[in-house]
Amino acid sequence: MIQDKDKKREVIVKRVAQELKDGDLVNLGIGMPTLVANYIPEGIDILLHSENGFIGLGPNPEPGKEDPDIVNAGGMPSSVVPGGAFFDSSMSFTIIRGGHLDVTVLGALQVDQEGNLANWMIPGKMVPGMGGAMDLVAGAKKVIISMEHTAKGAPKILKKCTLPLTAVGEVDLIVTDMAVIEVTPSGLLLTELAPETTVEEVINATEAELIISENLKVMNV
Amino acid sequence: MDKIRTIDEAASYIKDGMTVAVGGFIGAGTPEKLIDAVIEKGIKDLTLICNDTAFPDKGVGKWVVNRVVSKIIVSHIGTNPETGRQMNAGELKVELIPQGTLAERIRAAGAGLGGILTRTGIGTVVEEGKEKITVNGKEYLLELPLKADVALLKGSIVDKKGNIYYKKATRNFNPIMATAADLVMVEAEKIVEVGELDATDVMTPSIFVDVITQ
Repeated sequence: MIQDKDKKREVIVKRVAQELKDGDLVNLGIGMPTLVANYIPEGIDILLHSENGFIGLGPNPEPGKEDPDIVNAGGMPSSVVPGGAFFDSSMSFTIIRGGHLDVTVLGALQVDQEGNLANWMIPGKMVPGMGGAMDLVAGAKKVIISMEHTAKGAPKILKKCTLPLTAVGEVDLIVTDMAVIEVTPSGLLLTELAPETTVEEVINATEAELIISENLKVMNV
Repeated sequence: MDKIRTIDEAASYIKDGMTVAVGGFIGAGTPEKLIDAVIEKGIKDLTLICNDTAFPDKGVGKWVVNRVVSKIIVSHIGTNPETGRQMNAGELKVELIPQGTLAERIRAAGAGLGGILTRTGIGTVVEEGKEKITVNGKEYLLELPLKADVALLKGSIVDKKGNIYYKKATRNFNPIMATAADLVMVEAEKIVEVGELDATDVMTPSIFVDVITQ
């Protein structure tokens, strides 16, 4: 398995980026998911959605060139690409819930084998609020979880989530530093291994039952 | 009808215990001068409806730090550690609502709707105590309208009749909140004469706006 922290991240976000198709409207969650934007494959033209009210989220502005009227969903200075569009919060979530958002990429505290997701609170410890996460997961056509496979060695892919849920049965794909796992009606299907990673390592780092794909591949990252 | 007031006059319409909706998203598109004036007047015990509690030194985050609010109805508090601290100490009541549901509950109040149906929150703590309604075989949560006594908005360009244009990402909750309060006050970045703001560019029609300040 990959040991280096930066290498782990790079593998995850590069692999997630390969899931995006030309013309997709995509929402990238705060943190690691935002890095996916740096690895969009050549020839793929996507639009990024920002919950606070626009499509066409652009790169972070250079220091000194920030526009206080353009922030991203994390409140940080941002930019809009040519052809973007601003709107109000109602329109923003019309896009999210109404089936107009092709992909959402989010981190997770826990995911389970029924496609349930917990990523918004740890009772008594961390209660930041769900923000737009519940709408995104319930509404996006495809929900991709990008995360490290374990939290300090403890599995995050479980038989059943124990933390408060963000949504029930909405996760489609899990991409980690060890594997690509599809959520299917019959359970979690291990379809790809990260470089330098074995099936045994993945099974040991996963609490949930895994079905090993007959076409198991190594990630092309 | 002259709707223009000083910041101080505008803030004086807000009384202890009122429910106040404030536009903005982590501080962008928030009426900072009105926020500050409410603090200076020592107004207390407000219930705040806002997307988030911004940062401790920005937007409604300052209301949390200065204990202007005793209850908040928001989707996110993660950018303001003071909100979490007061919540955990039992000093501040916090009601967390999914962002899209918050927007639609406010819109419902302004649009005369008895509520909205959403899939968001099904199977989570958000569904607790709420009615579920099945439409075409799919289960939805009934979410009720959310109205305020006062709405505080930030407009980029406001004409003297009260028509509002919002620049870039400052629009967010502002035009929705404009419809869902008894008293609607807008803090303008720029006030222009009637006619200078093209009717095509108006995002909040003047009929919603009671007070203009700068």
